[in-house]
Amino acid sequence: MGISVEGANKCFGDFQALDDVSIEVPDGSLTALLGPSGSGKSTLLRAIAGLETLDTGRVLIDGEDVSKKPTQKREVGFVFQHYAAFKHMTVYENVGFGLKIRKWKKGEVRARVDELLNLVQLPGLADRYPSQLSGGQRQRMALARALAVQPQVLLLDEPFGALDAKVRKDLRAWLRNLHEEMNVTTIFVTHDQEEAMDVAGQLVVMNQGRVEQSGSAADLYDEPANEFVMSFVGEVNRLGDDFVRPHDIEIVGDRDDSTAEAMVRRIVALGFEIRVELVLGDGTEVWAQLTRGELQRLELREGQIAYLRPVHAQSFNGSAPSDAPGASTPQGSPDGGDAEMTAAA
Amino acid sequence: MTRSTQSRWGLRFLGLGYIAVLLIAPLILLFYKTFEDGLAAPFEAITSADGLHALKLTLLTVAIAVPLNTIFGVLCSLLLVRHKWKGNWLIDAAINLPFAISPIVIGLSLFLLYGKQGWLEPGLAEAGIKILFSTPGIILACIFVSVPFVVRETVPVLQEIGTEQEQAAETLGANAWQTFWRVTLPAIRWGVAYGVVLTTARVLGEFGAVSVVSGNISGETQTLPLFVEKNYENFNLPGAFGAAVLLALLALVVLMAMNLLKRKEAA
Repeated sequence: MGISVEGANKCFGDFQALDDVSIEVPDGSLTALLGPSGSGKSTLLRAIAGLETLDTGRVLIDGEDVSKKPTQKREVGFVFQHYAAFKHMTVYENVGFGLKIRKWKKGEVRARVDELLNLVQLPGLADRYPSQLSGGQRQRMALARALAVQPQVLLLDEPFGALDAKVRKDLRAWLRNLHEEMNVTTIFVTHDQEEAMDVAGQLVVMNQGRVEQSGSAADLYDEPANEFVMSFVGEVNRLGDDFVRPHDIEIVGDRDDSTAEAMVRRIVALGFEIRVELVLGDGTEVWAQLTRGELQRLELREGQIAYLRPVHAQSFNGSAPSDAPGASTPQGSPDGGDAEMTAAA
Repeated sequence: MTRSTQSRWGLRFLGLGYIAVLLIAPLILLFYKTFEDGLAAPFEAITSADGLHALKLTLLTVAIAVPLNTIFGVLCSLLLVRHKWKGNWLIDAAINLPFAISPIVIGLSLFLLYGKQGWLEPGLAEAGIKILFSTPGIILACIFVSVPFVVRETVPVLQEIGTEQEQAAETLGANAWQTFWRVTLPAIRWGVAYGVVLTTARVLGEFGAVSVVSGNISGETQTLPLFVEKNYENFNLPGAFGAAVLLALLALVVLMAMNLLKRKEAA
């Protein structure tokens, strides 16, 4: 079931949580709402579930306007950041809750709950209470509970936010597989760009209640619509009006027209990746990402002078990205970024 | 003994000593005095017609006032915590009134409302309803003094559990009624239960407000605490002590039932 939101506005007092937001989520997709805290992503998700009412705008699920429908009739599965487990119920009762509300027969409930507990890899824990489960297990139980009633769409609000890094990574892969298996249209909210890119097929980047850009992870990374998206979906250096990703800064041994002079301030070895911090002539600080091999070839040392060449700079002065893919040749980018750097150096 | 264990024992001694002298000793003395000259006299006092009537009236008052205040208390807590609006502070303050006002003042104010020349007296008299000097007045007084307990015990629990479980129930298809019965109420049940215990204990023992509105007529409008007082004033000490012990035992049973339930829950 596809989901669309049209012209959504929502204020909490003076705070505009959603500012004319429209999104389109294709049937069967796995979409991430990505943005910093306060960007409106959770509000948007909750509005789709009916847990918030919009001031203006519509929510459509499978083409039907559900804006006036109460939550309990929208047939959405919702997973909360802090699990929202029913603490006084066992795992079995938690997962079977929606079925009991729908007056399923006992035997049918048991069969369905067993099936789901297998699906979320919690077999044998049916009689435990949520307090006896780990965070990751609780969240999988919450997911089973949401899936039990066969929702039209699945909504996850920072589902891994309260878990530690290792469990997060495991659950990400697991969620991706689960989505492939179930094929339910899924939206999940996160502030972690790596998580969003890892899990989702489509990303919607939000900021200050507005949608900044939507598209695939590659679209956002390679063709960011604006400065915010560029800096939110990856690391970025600012050089005058231009933005360059650290791995798009080349360090060369000899100077020429396309290079800028800089002093190597610090070299940090992060395993395979090497982080080189540099200071340009005008005091601008940038960092470049190199591999170990490149570092050894260049024989860089802290305190020495090096020559930089941005190979894929972008600027957002109301125009399209200034650099076309494929321009990342040593001849440099076609816009004024290089001149600026040379002047600075 | 290290210094910290010394101070820990000192604190324990102080705490236990305080409780022993001020709380336990008087109660033990009460039991001792009651049964000093055997069981016959106190037993006779309690099983007298007036004594039994007082017991029955007290239990009836509990049976009516406690459920009413429980239902009201839970509804009021939901209103205060889940439906925030500007007037809530007023309700919140009003709920505390019975804590702040002396029971005797409460009794007098009920007198002004329902008594001769009271605001409601003409209408009530016409309908043939007698509030003062009868059971309804006693129950009203007990409701008044014990209103805050369930609210005060339930509100913090409601705040602590938050709204996520209720929202989860909603997304799973539960309507407001189902959400309340299956999710909210089980989550707050220990808060409510504590409130019920405190309400029961207060209603069992209420003296001041009831003594004003009831008229204290033996065999008619006399609750157990009033029965104790009357016997004491008439120098029928075995009767007074016997009824007092009965009252204390009733309260103890309520508290112990609560503790047992709690332990069962924790296990």
